[in-house]
Amino acid sequence: MYEIVIAINVGIFALLALSVNIITGYIGQPTLGHAAFFGIGAYASAILTGKYGVPFLLSLPLSGVIAGFIGALLGLASLRVRDDFLAITTIGTNFVVIAIFQYIPFFGASLGLAVPPAYIFGMKITYLGYLFLIISLIVLTVLFLRKLERSWFGLAMGGIRNNEVAAESIGVDIKKYKVIAFVLGTTIAGIAGCVYAHYMTFISSVDFAFVTSITILSMAMVGGSGTIRGPIIGAIILGLAPEVLRFIMNYRMLIYGALLVFTMRFQPEGLLGERSFLWTNITKLFKKIRSKKEMESGIEDGNS
Amino acid sequence: MLLQQIINGIVVGSVYSLTAMGVTLIYSILRVLDIACAGAYALGAYVGLFSYVATGNLVLSFLIGMIAMGIWGILVQKFLYLPLLGKAPLISLITSIGLFIFLGDFIRLWAGPLIRDFPADLKLPFSGIKTENLTIMGVWILVLLTTAILLLILWYLITKTKIGLAWRATAQDLETAKAMGINVNVVVAFNFFLGYSFAAAAGIMIGIMYNYIFPTMGDVPAYKMLAIIVLGGLGNPLGAVTAAMLIGLIETLVGGYIGFFLPRDSIAFIVVIIMLLIKPQGLFVRKNI
Repeated sequence: MYEIVIAINVGIFALLALSVNIITGYIGQPTLGHAAFFGIGAYASAILTGKYGVPFLLSLPLSGVIAGFIGALLGLASLRVRDDFLAITTIGTNFVVIAIFQYIPFFGASLGLAVPPAYIFGMKITYLGYLFLIISLIVLTVLFLRKLERSWFGLAMGGIRNNEVAAESIGVDIKKYKVIAFVLGTTIAGIAGCVYAHYMTFISSVDFAFVTSITILSMAMVGGSGTIRGPIIGAIILGLAPEVLRFIMNYRMLIYGALLVFTMRFQPEGLLGERSFLWTNITKLFKKIRSKKEMESGIEDGNS
Repeated sequence: MLLQQIINGIVVGSVYSLTAMGVTLIYSILRVLDIACAGAYALGAYVGLFSYVATGNLVLSFLIGMIAMGIWGILVQKFLYLPLLGKAPLISLITSIGLFIFLGDFIRLWAGPLIRDFPADLKLPFSGIKTENLTIMGVWILVLLTTAILLLILWYLITKTKIGLAWRATAQDLETAKAMGINVNVVVAFNFFLGYSFAAAAGIMIGIMYNYIFPTMGDVPAYKMLAIIVLGGLGNPLGAVTAAMLIGLIETLVGGYIGFFLPRDSIAFIVVIIMLLIKPQGLFVRKNI
């Protein structure tokens, strides 16, 4: 039971890290307010199901749409505001969104919101069900991202990340792709928020504060931004760290901070990013094994 | 009443301006958003308190806090930020956030999680003003004076001295400055020393003003000063001071009169978001200084 709860938590954060990676990793736009969209999805679903009786299966995509719509607005803002200014604008967005949740009675204000349990086809979702749901969402996202990476869209995003001016000069429609990237990232975050809300059955604005944004982004960066494996591994490492480090409870945040500093200082690409120490060695190892196999099979071919 | 609010706003703004000055100086040279500077703000306040308890001399403990944090700043830039120069800005930002988390927890473990009294026994040569509808506490005058003195020292260092000239050249273009034979490493170290000691000064002054400090006291300034330096045009010292005063005034006036429906600490970000959408370069565009 305990293991399942942790697995669901890690899964939700893996989905969030994958989604923030679309914006920061693929297209290279700094965003430090991702928890706001996580929260928007959660609150949207809580209100849709709780106040308007919308079924869970409908509110799941709807909360994604709502988060994505507001994400599109931030994407439009990112066309005007760049780099460090954009980073601070996204921090600001996070603070303002949280303040709205916390102070407006419609959103439960400081009391938070109770979320009704989710039913699929009349059956209440159990913890195991949530685990299954979040894993299938992650698998869907990964499949989608794999497709995206190999598409023209993925190439264009890489171009914008590496050099915006150069990309624009060869005819990449920067504005379109930036907004789409923001919409994709925030939509997935909204869906993760919806799952989180129903699984927790209670949400309050604190859950989506700036600290959460940092956690999400750190997962993507520590794992290796711009890849698919990175955010998932990062979410597993940083998500499990508090549980594994439970025996030194008192020093948890100290170690967490140090982990961030050391990873960024010595492996700025992330632990499993392209050109990182681990990943280079892993790929080298695989190449060696493969060439050995080829050689062996070659020798066999020669003998026969 | 209005005068009272304006004076409150100026006092708040002057502390903001010292806090934001650290980040502004660092940004102007390295183009790094150094959130960990707010760690120096909190840690500096604690160093100041402990040396005050040990020595009983306020001026001395003020200086000890500033110098200790200045040296800390030199270490931070040498071992963390300089090696990351040229990497994506997000990497140094995450590093600084990690460092900030680390420092916050370090203070909690070192000095305990509870609020601590800052028993500053002020013997000011001047007393505050108190009339029927206007209060100016002696401490406020002290804060304003100290801020003014520190900012004047900074202005003098940057505009009149040789290292200030090197600072200005490096702020314009680090690579070219290096090519011109300026010892950039010294400039960067000097810059961090100034920035971190200013943050420490702000932390100690907040301690003296409110008479207490606590481990998470850096959290709100950490993000608010980002709003302030953006408003000031990122890396423009004069702009940062103006923006800090502006935010201080807006906060007290809006809080005092309109009774805004959102919390006071979010006002700075609302101002910034509105400003950025209208004028994305900040209010005070950085010209070549």
